[in-house]
This record gives sequence, C-alpha cells and structure tokens, in this order.
Amino acid sequence: MSGALPDTGDLYRIWVYLSTTPLLWLTVTLAAFSLGDLVSLRFRRNPIANPVVISAGLLIALLGFTGTSYQTYFEGAQFVHFLLGPATVALAVPLWRNRAQVRANLLPMCAALVAGSVTAIGSACAIAWVFGAPSEVIASLAAKSVTAPIAMALTDTIGGIPALAAVLVVLTGVFGSIVVTPLMNALRIRDYAARGFAVGVASHGIGTARAFQVSQEAGTFAGIALGLNGALTSVLILVLNLFL
Amino acid sequence: MIQALTLLFLCQLAGEFLVRSLGIVFPGPVVGMGLLFLGMLAAGRAGGPLEKVADTILGHLSLLFVPASVGVVQQIGLIRENWFAIAAALVVSTLLTLVVTVLTFRAVARLTARPVL
Repeated sequence: MSGALPDTGDLYRIWVYLSTTPLLWLTVTLAAFSLGDLVSLRFRRNPIANPVVISAGLLIALLGFTGTSYQTYFEGAQFVHFLLGPATVALAVPLWRNRAQVRANLLPMCAALVAGSVTAIGSACAIAWVFGAPSEVIASLAAKSVTAPIAMALTDTIGGIPALAAVLVVLTGVFGSIVVTPLMNALRIRDYAARGFAVGVASHGIGTARAFQVSQEAGTFAGIALGLNGALTSVLILVLNLFL
Repeated sequence: MIQALTLLFLCQLAGEFLVRSLGIVFPGPVVGMGLLFLGMLAAGRAGGPLEKVADTILGHLSLLFVPASVGVVQQIGLIRENWFAIAAALVVSTLLTLVVTVLTFRAVARLTARPVL
C-alpha cells in the first residue's frame, strides 16, 4: 500500500478492526441521533417525527446491513445508555423547582396521579393478558407510561424484557403526544394544568415535550407528573412484587 | 460541574446501596432521585452547577433511549407473535390513562377549589 488512498483490502481490514471497537458504534449512535433530531426539527417537532424512532430505525438498518450483532453495537452504545441512571436522579431538579406548584395543587395532583398510574399499569397488563400475550410481554408493558430509565429498571425487576419496555415506552410517548391535543379538545378540557398533568402521567418525557409546545403551564405540570409517576409506579410495582 | 456530576452519581450510588442492603426490588436511581430531592429541600437550594448539569442531561434525554431501543431487534420475533395484544394494550391504555387522569384532576380541583376561584 504505497498510494495515498488505501485499497479495498486495506479498507476491509480497517473496517474489521474499527467495527469491533466501542468508538465506532458510539460515534454512529451520536450521528444517527443528530440526523434524527434534524429530521424532527424539519418537521417542526411534529410528534410523529420522533428522533428516537428515526435514529433507532436507522441504526437497526445499519446493523442489519453490516451484519453487526447487538452485543457488538452495545459495547459502544453502553456509554450513552449508562447515563440513564444519573438522568433519573437529575429528574429531582425540575421536581424541586416546581415544588410550590406541587404544594398548591397537592390534592388534585395526588388523586389524578394515583388514578392515572393505576389505570396505566392495570389496563395495559389486563388488555395484553386478554389477548393472550405471554407473561414477559405483559411485564414489559406494566411500566410503559413511565420515563424510560425508570421503566427499564422496573421491567428488569419484574421479569420483563428491558429492551422491549424501552421501545414500548417510546411508542407510548409518541402515541400520547399525538392524541393528547385532539382528545382534550373533544373532552372540552380548557384547564392546561390538568391537560399537562394527564399527558405527563400517560406519556412521560415525550408527552412533556409536547405539552411545552402547547403551553408553559401544561409543560410544567407534565414535568411534575413525569417525576411523580416514575416514583409512584416504582412503589406500586414494588408492592405488587411483594404479593406475587 | 464535576462536583454536580459527582453529586448525581453519589445519589445513584447511595440509592443502589440502600435498595440492595434492604433487599427490596426497586430501581436504585429512583431512590437516588428521592434522596437528591430531600437534599435540596433540606438545603433550600439546588445550586447553579447542579441545575445546569441536570438541565443539560434532561435536555438530551431522548438520546439516552436510543441504545436500548435498538435492542428491539432482538425481540422482533416476540413482537411479531404478539403485535395485536401489544398494539391494543398500548393504544387503549394510553387513551384511558389520559382520560382518567384529566377527569380526576378536574373533579378534585373543583371539589377543593377555594371560594375566591
């Protein structure tokens, strides 16, 4: 190899080396997300053009095309994945910032939180069970309305599949953020605190992002709901675990 | 900034430690979130660097879901076999949760409304 450009054989050897290092798949994950985010921006953050769905789709296609196993991919992507834990801890900050609003609306919030959280867990599991889904699928649906880092940890503790839960969480977020505005208008609910809180309970962070596009008040309440529902769902599933 | 990051990791570590030493099945990071919240309540402030680090991480939360979502390739068979049950559970449960939550919020807000409102 005396020329300036490596020939195909060299490229192949470089590929074989790089494709097994964490650097390549970490870089590709960040690049795919940047692309997904760009597409989402072009669609003016329309909930249908979700950056997670777009970038995960791109990466799955790329893994298939290059014949790379998920294990190899994850060796690079784990550095991103690891931050889910600290991100969950960081949710305390917006919750703390909004503590005055939590205190002022404590009763309606607590009631709505308990009712919504129980509905989310119970109805998802019941429907999947009625249609004959196996237990690991039912367990992966239990935490679908909770923000992904919490949902994945919870799913692991109840015998579900964390990867499946992550995808169901994202799909629940996307679906909730698409239907929330027409649904609330049809119900003639004009209280933006209540609307925001509902989408935060049902559709976590993706719903919260949508709520902020509609109104600052809705977004704030959605953010509170997202944090509270993560904590309450954890407790509910813990209690269920004790009895099962 | 490093101190704020360390604080987040410490809270998570403390959460994991508590959960394991109590022998309960509960996500450690959620306990860490509770500890940090209580800490901020006790201190009466969050502190600029902590707020900045938290905002930065939470501002890019979607990125953190990507590696796990790609893992769906390993579950494709399970999804194909159960796609109808999964889709039905997802759609109906999300709609139901939205309606139940918003109606409960409104009903209790109306019951507890102060006379001035």
